[in-house]
Amino acid sequence: MSTIDPTVAEVGDAAATTNYGRNISPVLLAAALAWAAAAGLIEYWPEIIPQPYGRELAAICLGVAVIAALTALSGTVFGRIASILRYYGPWLIVAAVILAVWEVLTAKTGILPVPFFSSPQSMLEVFFDDWERLGTSVAYSVLLLAKGYFFGALAGFVTGVTIGWSRSASYWVHPLLRLIGPLPATAWLPLAFFIFPTSGSASVFLIALATAFPVTILTWSGIASVNRDYYDIARTLGAKSSFLILKVAIPAALPHVFVGLFMGLGTSFAVLVVAEMLGVKAGLGWYLQWAQGWAAYNNMYAALLVMALMCSTLITALFRIRDWTLSWQKGLVRW
Amino acid sequence: MQVDIRDVSHGFELEGAPLPVLDRVSFSAEPGSFVALLGPSGCGKSTLLRLLAGLDHPSSGGVAVGGVPVAAPDPSRILVFQDPTLFPWRTVWDNVALGLEAQGILGSNRARVDKVLELVGLKGFDKAYPHQLSGGMAQRVALARALVNEPRLLLLDEPLGKLDSLTRLAMQTELVSLWQRARLTALLVTHDVEEAIFLAERVIVFGPRPARIVADIAVDLPYPRHRGDPRLAELRQKVLQHLGLAATW
Ligand SMILES: Nc1ncnc2c1ncn2[C@@H]1O[C@H](COP(=O)(O)OP(=O)(O)OP(=O)(O)O)[C@@H](O)[C@H]1O
Ligand SMILES: [Mg+2]
Repeated sequence: MSTIDPTVAEVGDAAATTNYGRNISPVLLAAALAWAAAAGLIEYWPEIIPQPYGRELAAICLGVAVIAALTALSGTVFGRIASILRYYGPWLIVAAVILAVWEVLTAKTGILPVPFFSSPQSMLEVFFDDWERLGTSVAYSVLLLAKGYFFGALAGFVTGVTIGWSRSASYWVHPLLRLIGPLPATAWLPLAFFIFPTSGSASVFLIALATAFPVTILTWSGIASVNRDYYDIARTLGAKSSFLILKVAIPAALPHVFVGLFMGLGTSFAVLVVAEMLGVKAGLGWYLQWAQGWAAYNNMYAALLVMALMCSTLITALFRIRDWTLSWQKGLVRW
Repeated sequence: MQVDIRDVSHGFELEGAPLPVLDRVSFSAEPGSFVALLGPSGCGKSTLLRLLAGLDHPSSGGVAVGGVPVAAPDPSRILVFQDPTLFPWRTVWDNVALGLEAQGILGSNRARVDKVLELVGLKGFDKAYPHQLSGGMAQRVALARALVNEPRLLLLDEPLGKLDSLTRLAMQTELVSLWQRARLTALLVTHDVEEAIFLAERVIVFGPRPARIVADIAVDLPYPRHRGDPRLAELRQKVLQHLGLAATW
């Protein structure tokens, strides 16, 4: 997992171990130049078909350039933000180059033709003109996902602990899990929309189902792989079963549980989008569908970007929770 | 607490074949006595301690502590395992407090945890996690985790095995004074003949598996003992003879 989210650990490390002092950062300075150049290119190279929001885009690029330049020249005056910016200095340069190339290929030369490819300013246009609808879509998606994920994670965790702990529970649940678990949650879609009173509750159920399976399996395997000596020690010290479950088995299994939670979050995204496209008439999935119906490709690209940001923010949030919960693992495993 | 082991036999199954480990072992230990158990590796010493702790039940024979047959683990008799096996997600302090917490009496006894941590020389490490400790420190935490419960019977499975020789000597002295102060009964498994006769009032020597008692030697010397005492050297010779190692000395 250390490769998925280097930001938490490495930025922290870089900030802690590298003393930038008040010296000037040449990389950030180069990044500032690159962004300024991108701004100039956007502003002064005429578009092949005139588009709105070119000026705004150039202004944003200039803003990035100014911030980068200020940070480059001011050392650590801006504290943690400065160290994060300095850490991502090389990426800032590359991002400016990517943006410039993208701009040239779309708006400036039309090598990648409209309407199938969007220019940066046309995506900006969507954000400026349709932010209300995009915003409510994100809110709906997050709400739906949160409900489904919460119930799914809870159900998966409880089931996993139960079958990990009790032999008879495992005897009865295991075959069911074997049979039903691997079935993609989306296969239940037609049935769920038929059984549940509203498409919203059906979607919550589907997302919960998709989340519950990996969480169950990994919680279970976590509980099952707990060192038996832990139980023996706790028992000689006077522990009853409730203590063994809550204070021994569950904490020992938590690293596994978090792997399950990550996998569950991944699958829940997929189900969320499908459920929104086919059932609930709200959320980012529905927005994508709607944009496609109107051949509004700019809106599609914008929605995809927003969705990517949303998913990665949620994953990052889960990483933070894990880091906080499993802080005892620091130094024990590679993060 | 009085310890009575009557005709205890115990075995395991290893790859389908029965593996007898204890063979009609019988002995008793007076309340408040300090008994060392010596024997070759793999003879069944740890197994015997697990039976006394109530973690396993003998295939035949009876185990009683304080006149009551042992049925289940109880915090009045605590086993310090050969491996420290600390809980990695708990700090040193929380590891030591485990027993009190499990018994639901931690609230009024937090000072006991601090006291016992000081006793094993780990003051200032209470917020450390087990992976931040040395092997010897971890073993001292394991010892503290047992002592904090003020057991009447302390079962020690090579508790000093991983300590460096200096700490080891210091901890041996500490163990004796602890045993005398707390008036507890101590059963100590060790590989170290010198440790056994320096610490215990009585040394029980087991033969190779399946374990049988081959000698029961009283160490009739007053405490505090001196390591240079010639009578200790004599006893050591005698014990080594029973272990079949006299020739090398
Ligand atoms: N759970 C088990 N299953 C099968 N065999 C076991 C089990 N526990 C112990 N044994 C066997 O019982 C024998 C005695 O083990 P035990 O741990 O009591 O030895 P020991 O005297 O403590 O040795 P050492 O001094 O090396 O610690 C060993 O041969 C071991 O293989
Ligand atoms: Mg042993």
